[in-house]
Amino acid sequence: MNIIKRGFALYSALILTVSLAFAGNNKLVMDGSTTVGPIAKAFAEYYMQQNKDVNITVSESGSGNGAKSLINKACDIANMSRFMKGKEFKAAADKGIMPVAHVVAMDGLPILVHPSNPVDKLTVDQVRDIYLGKITNWKQLGGPDKKIIKISRDTNSGTYETFNKLVMKKQKIAGDCEYVGSNGAIRQRVQSTSSAIGYAGLGFVDKTVKALSVNDVFPSAKTVASGKYPIARPLYMFTNGYPKLGTHLHGFMTLHLSPRGQEIVESIGFIPVTQY
Amino acid sequence: MELEQTMNSTADRQFNNLLLSKKALRFQRMSAFVGKTFLLAITSLSSVAVLFIFYFITKDALPFFFNEGLGEFFTSTNWYPSADEPNFGALSIFMGSGLVTLGAIVVAVPLGISAAVCMSDVLPFEVRQVVKPITEVLAAIPSVAYGFFALVVFAPALQNDGNFLLSLSAWIILVPVSFLAVVVLGDVVADRFEEKYYNYIRYGIFVSGGLISLFCLLKTHTFLNSLEITSGTNALNVSIILGIMALPTIISVSEDALQACGRELREGSYALGATRVETIFKTVIPASISGILAAIILGVMRAIGETMVVWMASGNAAQIPKPWYNYLDPVRTLTATIAGDMGEADHVTGSSRYHVLFAMALCLLVFSFCANLFSEWIVHRQQKKLGLAK
Repeated sequence: MNIIKRGFALYSALILTVSLAFAGNNKLVMDGSTTVGPIAKAFAEYYMQQNKDVNITVSESGSGNGAKSLINKACDIANMSRFMKGKEFKAAADKGIMPVAHVVAMDGLPILVHPSNPVDKLTVDQVRDIYLGKITNWKQLGGPDKKIIKISRDTNSGTYETFNKLVMKKQKIAGDCEYVGSNGAIRQRVQSTSSAIGYAGLGFVDKTVKALSVNDVFPSAKTVASGKYPIARPLYMFTNGYPKLGTHLHGFMTLHLSPRGQEIVESIGFIPVTQY
Repeated sequence: MELEQTMNSTADRQFNNLLLSKKALRFQRMSAFVGKTFLLAITSLSSVAVLFIFYFITKDALPFFFNEGLGEFFTSTNWYPSADEPNFGALSIFMGSGLVTLGAIVVAVPLGISAAVCMSDVLPFEVRQVVKPITEVLAAIPSVAYGFFALVVFAPALQNDGNFLLSLSAWIILVPVSFLAVVVLGDVVADRFEEKYYNYIRYGIFVSGGLISLFCLLKTHTFLNSLEITSGTNALNVSIILGIMALPTIISVSEDALQACGRELREGSYALGATRVETIFKTVIPASISGILAAIILGVMRAIGETMVVWMASGNAAQIPKPWYNYLDPVRTLTATIAGDMGEADHVTGSSRYHVLFAMALCLLVFSFCANLFSEWIVHRQQKKLGLAK
């Protein structure tokens, strides 16, 4: 009897939560970059936990499509790993949309080598020359006489996009560069290959690999957030005008300023914009 | 007379009992028709699925060829699909797929067929009953587990102790093979001479052949030790892993084929005075060659279609190794490119970058289709030769 009662109570509680989640009709739709996607998802999960009456959907279709769907009023928030282009602003203004940028996090890419590698610092130009195939041996950089093994993220990833834009200046990477499918795989390859070079999100640096100083700046949360580290970029969420105060949209868009929001940003390997 | 009549009528009655009424007969025919149609539909489902796959892949592949033409895709090695001015040169990727598949064949075919022959004709039945299921477990391991092993265990091992591993495996493989070759050669050559020279020639060949093969082995050893293995995720790594993955298919199908050619054939061969080796090589293998070829083609299909292992452990560098047979360079295959480049953004835009992946899928499909046709042709020809064709 007791068990049945308890089960019934549990069941009704479940029904209540589910119906509350849907009844509120507080829906937030997010679309856009695959790089910002993890932040959006983690924020959405946390926000829905705190506010049971909100339903947030996150799709990842690329920054360009995020901008497109904000302009077409198909989403409330456009996640973008780059700033909106002039053309997109114009199209938005024509449709009566006023895009407002919120920088939710910073993204930095440390250059990684094997811990036994004596090379400590490189310049952005040197890194580019390595990936272009102009520098092929560590000897040319003051290291041992070993062929450099270049490792890159696959061309689909936002990490690759950042690297391609900030380091390669959109020049084509040499054909003998190896491609792997995740940040973790980059670290795995670099820690097991003494002559490898790679790049990954700041959250993936640990003792098994060595991060290099680039242009004499060592990558850390501080240097990335302050913009001193050269391979870094802000990550944006765009809304139509500044969200009306007190709405769930406003609550969601200020989440990244709260201590908990910053913790979430850090826990998935990005750098919060404010220090807490 | 009367008795006969009664007997007739009972027989009639019995016969009438066996006949169905018209209604029941119609029902029976109807249900038979429905059942047959249903079974036909189920059977043709798979062929319809193949047709649909062909149709949809071709539909999405053709725009690529219309937009970009054939020239660059098949002749250039510049693979930059995501650049502002994209290049779609897939030659190096075709080359990568070819190299890896060839490597897998070299690993899997000799191993697989000798294992199958050993199981069906050499090992005692009880041992075979234990060994065969164990080899089939290899097929049950998910490919991502193979890929993980290749990336985390095998690649670092190749990088750090690759020369040692290579020369060790060369010794393990080449010592028994060259020993057998020398012994067989000595016997065959000595057989052609008169009896009084027989032993001299035989031992002469044993000694000289042994010395020559030892010299060759040492040369191979120094050559393998002089190789420089810069990256562990390369064509060799993937070839070996794919070869192991193709093994269970090859072993199990060709062993079945060897078993299927029957006891009579073997007994007939022994009755004619053939030895076990002669029976295996001159009777059993020729009789089941079509099954063995089918096994090899199935294994090759497994190797060329495998995605996860090559995506994880081939290095994915879109380049033709220098020189082209250098298995120690990283390569990129068709399947890994399709899996890795299937970007979400491109589904919507319908760009060349999206369609080029379907063009690659079409090439893979056409290749496997041709390979299947080829194997059918070989099987048919072989059956004709053996007088089995109808």
